[in-house]
Amino acid sequence: MIKEMICISCPLGCHLAVDDGDKNDIKVTGNTCPRGKVYAVNEVTCPKRMVTSSVKVAGSDAKLVSVKTSEAIPKESIFDCLEVIKSITATAPVKAGDVLYKNVCNSGADIIATKHASKI
Amino acid sequence: MNTCDLVIIGGGPAGLAAAKSAYDAGVKDLLILERESSLGGILNQCIHNGFGLHTFKEELTGPEYAQRYIDLVEERNVPYKLDSTVININKDKVVTYVNEQDGLQKVQAKAVILACGCRERPRGGINIAGARAAGIFSAGTAQKLVNVDGLMPGREVVILGSGDIGLIMARRMTFEGAKVKAVVELMPYSSGLNRNIVQCLNDFNIPLKFSHTVVDIKAKDGRVSGVVIAAVDDKLKPVMESAEEIKCDTLLLSVGLLPENELAGYADVTLSPITSGAVVDDKMMTNVDGIFECGNVLHVHDLVDYVSEESEHAGLCAAEYIKKGASRNSQIDVKGTNGIRYVVPQKINKDDDFAPISLKMRVANVFKRVEVAVLLDGVKIAGKKKQIVTPGEMETIALGSEVVQKVKAGSTLEVTLLSGGQK
Repeated sequence: MIKEMICISCPLGCHLAVDDGDKNDIKVTGNTCPRGKVYAVNEVTCPKRMVTSSVKVAGSDAKLVSVKTSEAIPKESIFDCLEVIKSITATAPVKAGDVLYKNVCNSGADIIATKHASKI
Repeated sequence: MNTCDLVIIGGGPAGLAAAKSAYDAGVKDLLILERESSLGGILNQCIHNGFGLHTFKEELTGPEYAQRYIDLVEERNVPYKLDSTVININKDKVVTYVNEQDGLQKVQAKAVILACGCRERPRGGINIAGARAAGIFSAGTAQKLVNVDGLMPGREVVILGSGDIGLIMARRMTFEGAKVKAVVELMPYSSGLNRNIVQCLNDFNIPLKFSHTVVDIKAKDGRVSGVVIAAVDDKLKPVMESAEEIKCDTLLLSVGLLPENELAGYADVTLSPITSGAVVDDKMMTNVDGIFECGNVLHVHDLVDYVSEESEHAGLCAAEYIKKGASRNSQIDVKGTNGIRYVVPQKINKDDDFAPISLKMRVANVFKRVEVAVLLDGVKIAGKKKQIVTPGEMETIALGSEVVQKVKAGSTLEVTLLSGGQK
């Protein structure tokens, strides 16, 4: 199947066409440089994204504390990961870097706070 | 009246970086005035990642990037006042601010750094016709509601403008369960980063309609019920035959940022009609001796890393001014020509220190295979070949001491686009 995508390796933003009919020989056209091919192959084999959101926090003046995944997770797990994030209520005090949930969606990534929330 | 060597107006990334560098350069009597209830500025609501790749060589979220600089300021015990709004400054550098605890206060400063950032262009700034109903927000307001206050502005969303905040909010609203029906962009290109178009729109199949705009807003019972969009011609005039209504309850506007320069105006600071920020020299000083500008109040930056860098320079220059006073023997203008929309700084001092100068600029359109070149009296003295330059990205050219030495009083310095860039 031929998939179309925009390379994000640099501001040029080449429009790529990726043929992944043969998984061992993925064909990429439209790229201007080798980074385009690397990007395209990653995108069709194992696309990953960082997820950032926020969780409720109890016992603080702040209503929410912002969070991120400790590393990029598979793209198809984004919405499951967000469900987990919505279910979390952190308890103040929270420090940036605190692990609020381990191994989200079996991705190996943790949900970690990116902001402090002090106790009232 | 209280006195203070240096008053910094704004405790966001620009103010924090300026405070840190001024302190390290020997200014210990300084004060940051911040109108919000915490330091960090707009970064506090930018919970997405992608900040700090240049400064820290790692990808941070907005709050994490802010905390790095808050820590640097706290370690130095730099005094700051929160919930404190500056209501006036004058050309003699008397700063008037107000807060609940101190009431109305005046401070006589030796130097002032304006680091007040920018504001979003509102609906009135682009004159969209239609209902004046609930459900119309600037993208940044929606961002604060969702990320700081935990409130959802709406469920079915159209976003006008494809700047980065609009793109980021398209993903953020999707994450929180809203349906983003379209992002509508007047221009044939986006002023946002490619990465954001891919990861905030394409990942979630959100359509991006170039060369389209919103021509009407429909409402029912006081709430937005839909927007009418239409294609525009090459003069950006809507083609009404193409109009179609998209049902939605929310319209987010991401239609540009404007430096917030009311205070600069009170102090008789000269503003540039192009950047809406001050006209500054290579020391980041305005036409008023001892009043400096840096960050998004000076010109809107694409990356916070460059705000920090520019502001550290401003802090250093303010410290130098406090020690030695102004040196404006002779200044030459820096002009942008042939596709360069503006260059900051707009003036260069002809002094004896030959300190390196960083020129920052934006182009007026998308250009491919060009060289961004610096011409001194018509002769190229520096350049950067680019495959592509776009209005959304700031370009920077550093002039080293050996180049700065060649600048003579009466020279003309020009940044221009030459054809034939990098293949």
